[in-house]
Amino acid sequence: MDQELKFTCLHDEHIALGAKMSPFAGFDMPIQYDGIIPEHNAVRTAVGMFDVSHMGEIFVDGPQAEEYVNHVFTGDVRTLEPGRILYGMMCYPDGGTVDDLLVYKEFESGYLLVVNAANIQKDYDWLLEQAKGYEVEVFNDSDSWGQIALQGPKAEDVLVKVLGLEDLREVEFYSFCDVEDEDGGRVIVSRTGYTGEDGFEIYASPDNILDLWAAFLDEGVQPCGLGCRDTLRFEAGLPLYGDELSPEISPVMAGLSMFCKFDKPEFIGKDALLAQKTEGVARKIVGIEIEDAAVPRAGYPVELEDGTQVGVVTTGYHSITLDKSICFALVDAAYSALDTPLFIRIRKKVFPGKVVKKRFYKTNYKK
Amino acid sequence: MSKIIEGLLYSESHEWVKVEGDLAVIGVTDFAQAEMGDITYVDLPAAGDAVEAGEEFGALESVKASSELFCPVSGTVEEVNEDLEGAPEKVNEDPYGAWIIKVRMSDPSELDALMGPAAYGEIAK
Repeated sequence: MDQELKFTCLHDEHIALGAKMSPFAGFDMPIQYDGIIPEHNAVRTAVGMFDVSHMGEIFVDGPQAEEYVNHVFTGDVRTLEPGRILYGMMCYPDGGTVDDLLVYKEFESGYLLVVNAANIQKDYDWLLEQAKGYEVEVFNDSDSWGQIALQGPKAEDVLVKVLGLEDLREVEFYSFCDVEDEDGGRVIVSRTGYTGEDGFEIYASPDNILDLWAAFLDEGVQPCGLGCRDTLRFEAGLPLYGDELSPEISPVMAGLSMFCKFDKPEFIGKDALLAQKTEGVARKIVGIEIEDAAVPRAGYPVELEDGTQVGVVTTGYHSITLDKSICFALVDAAYSALDTPLFIRIRKKVFPGKVVKKRFYKTNYKK
Repeated sequence: MSKIIEGLLYSESHEWVKVEGDLAVIGVTDFAQAEMGDITYVDLPAAGDAVEAGEEFGALESVKASSELFCPVSGTVEEVNEDLEGAPEKVNEDPYGAWIIKVRMSDPSELDALMGPAAYGEIAK
């Protein structure tokens, strides 16, 4: 891409910390600071923080905001209480995935949609297109917000200490609260994340995000790059848009139909997704574990014993926490049942494995 | 600044070769291991495998990526360093001590295509 890379508000901090930087979703982002393994382990055992300021924040408000969000989103926001959050997808009429996202039900009125950085413009265009005929305002405010994900078993203690707000312990999983800074600016503290651990995502102005980053560093929080963000979400069985969800991979194919509320009167893609769910899909995302330490990588073929290719790896690692070689793969549905023997071709060799549950790591959410 | 050792030959794909008669002892350079980061797995060929100059003979894996190993010379794999199977981190700790394979060369004149330390130092930056 010739387009100039964007910097998040924390870019100078990453450089100062000596991060290895790389382009991601149009931003110059930190891949690692001290190494993927120590950063990954810090989140599993203590606390780490990620600059996720590249994520998109799109606000929806207006008299028909609820009907509109329910039209574009697979989840059902009709029963969502203010201060609560839903995870789900936006789909095309054919069931393919536009994006996966979080929907925050605001306290006063309206919704905040948090979308993947790589999809901000695409999502915004899609949302504007779908808004025709609805009395809603859709506003992409992504450039005004920074975001830090503070993740790990010690995240709550650090956050309470830094913000001086004991009440934050009471924020429930998939809930948020608003905190005001000295100037009346808005800080959103959300008990969400993408690691499989307890933790928070904090949205605030770039100035506030810079202050928080410095304060968390002072508390000994490990800065973490996108490298371990991927290893952590993968172990927790969470999909990444572009790998396990895409215009070609629907939520049903990805095994995420529990996030599609088919009892809603309608939403974009409902008919196609319902047909996929009832009639079955041609291909599904599965987990595969192999018996060797060789590493299955995205793009490697998944085969039967006779060498017939029946799928392809979408994400794979030698798991840091579990010390096993595991992957997500998109395979023919006929071979998606648990314990089905499958083989992964890694360069010149073929490694035997079997289908396993996708949630490789037992998550530690505070519920 | 990565370490480069006198008395070895180097390939453009960052392997080193130590010549012992008609045996070529092959590993990866300090530059290569530093670029890879923590190595978690070494994919080794088997003794007796035929290898071709410029062809892949194995790979190093870090958490994030796999990096193919290219054989600087043609011949037959005489021995593989099985210690690396249980201790891949040795490649990071001591890249010039942690040899990966020994190849009995079929055409030692292929060594002429490799670089000396000074020339390799120009590309390992």
